[in-house]
Amino acid sequence: MSATPVMHSSTPAVSAAPAVPQAPRRRRALAPLEPVGARARWLLGVGFFVLFVAVWGFFTLGGFVSPTFLASPVTMVKEAVLLFTEYNFSHDIGMTVWRVFGGFVLATVVSVPLGIAMGTWKSVEAFFEPFVSFCRYLPASAFIPLLILWAGIGETQKLLVIFIGSVFQITLMVAVTVGSARRDLVEAAYTLGANSRGIVLRVLIPGAAPGIAETLRLVLGWAWTYVIVAELIGSSSGIGHMITDSQALLNTGQIIFGIIVIGIIGLISDFAFKALNRRLFAWSTL
Amino acid sequence: MNQLSIRGVSRTFTGTRGQTTQALLPIDFEVRENDFVTILGPSGCGKSTLLRIVAGLDYPTEGRVLLDGQTVEGPGADRGVVFQSYTLFPWLTIAQNIRFGLRERGMSEADQKERSDFFIAKVGLRGFENHFPKQLSGGMQQRTAIARALANDPKMLLLDEPFGALDNQTRVLMQELLLGIWESARKTVLFVTHDIDEAIFMANRVAVFSARPGRIKTEIPVDFGHPRHYTIKTSPEFMDIKARLTEEIRAESMAAAEH
Repeated sequence: MSATPVMHSSTPAVSAAPAVPQAPRRRRALAPLEPVGARARWLLGVGFFVLFVAVWGFFTLGGFVSPTFLASPVTMVKEAVLLFTEYNFSHDIGMTVWRVFGGFVLATVVSVPLGIAMGTWKSVEAFFEPFVSFCRYLPASAFIPLLILWAGIGETQKLLVIFIGSVFQITLMVAVTVGSARRDLVEAAYTLGANSRGIVLRVLIPGAAPGIAETLRLVLGWAWTYVIVAELIGSSSGIGHMITDSQALLNTGQIIFGIIVIGIIGLISDFAFKALNRRLFAWSTL
Repeated sequence: MNQLSIRGVSRTFTGTRGQTTQALLPIDFEVRENDFVTILGPSGCGKSTLLRIVAGLDYPTEGRVLLDGQTVEGPGADRGVVFQSYTLFPWLTIAQNIRFGLRERGMSEADQKERSDFFIAKVGLRGFENHFPKQLSGGMQQRTAIARALANDPKMLLLDEPFGALDNQTRVLMQELLLGIWESARKTVLFVTHDIDEAIFMANRVAVFSARPGRIKTEIPVDFGHPRHYTIKTSPEFMDIKARLTEEIRAESMAAAEH
């Protein structure tokens, strides 16, 4: 490291006029926990992407790696254009997005009420918790062969993979969020005349809502990884299916583009979710 | 007339390995309607436990609590509680917090608004109706908590060191505010504190708690008239009571420290 930050490096400017004492300039960009400006943060974040593509381009365009194994950025862009113009890739993207959201919504409809019930009533928790905890560790992808036997290779099977991958995670995390409600708020509500119904509907649920929304955002991110696995096997559309096809044709450009598209969609849905949560639960970030 | 009767109430806590801790020795205590009683004691003496039992948030191991002749079975809207910790619902605005109990009771929107507006004005929070609790200072949050408890029109107001987390200046102003409210709209108040000045300034009667296991060691009447001005805090009579209570509390604190 050549540019070590030196705190007292700037020599004070000597001026004739009795200068107003200036606040000492602080140059502590690399000090631990020191905040970084918005502009610098943006530049640094973009910087890594640029560096990444540069290194990738250097090795592929420079001929250090065989194009059979890794396409160059330029090839990838050409393939991307082809995908959209010739192979109707928009349809694949649409299918994948619909599967993720379909399975995710199904899982949410089941697991959020169940999680709230488990967090609220300890007997319900005692009944479901061991089983749900066990199921959480079952890999969703391992169910694919079984699901194909049960549900065929249609849409039901794809939705079920997402469902199985999400439902147990959401249930447990919601149960923990609701169960860790502030006891003093519950007591305050009782002294204000609330009954059990009032406690659940007007204390536990609103108090846990931001945590539940955050859980859903997290699990939606995981759902994106399940859908591709589901589409790799027994599928005729979707981004995962395109990737499998491209593998057979040794078209690494298309594979990489497919992966990047998943990343971008995931990022967009995550940002949208985050923005929605901030809007709905403004009080929790005050 | 005695509104609150605490009859032979004791409390023993049982630990996870079966060991028991006696928090309260059997206590008999009466509070008249519209009286203002402070319970003064060293920390950990069980005074908050007694208040929680009256509130119905904890239960006595032996004995019972009667409110207007009815045994207390659990928490209810007839006993408003203000806690030391900030217990406003963070997802509700100040006005919505104050209306919480009214809403639970099914009061009409118009009546809710009328009552909450009245109490918002009373605790001096006009203009903050639509703020969230986190946007307010600690003192303002406790003022809201008092308004929230009073809006429900409870028979009794129970306060558990409500100003304990506030800085000294704010605390003094809050004492005057609460006393002013009590003077204009009488209510039976049970107020737990470890602050001697606060105990004397607010109360018609100070009940001194012993160190754990807690019991009421002595009761001292405070005969200043109402309305009370803060200047009574420097009067010789106030100083006399303070000296007496200081001795009482000091003995108990030392007993507590030895254990």
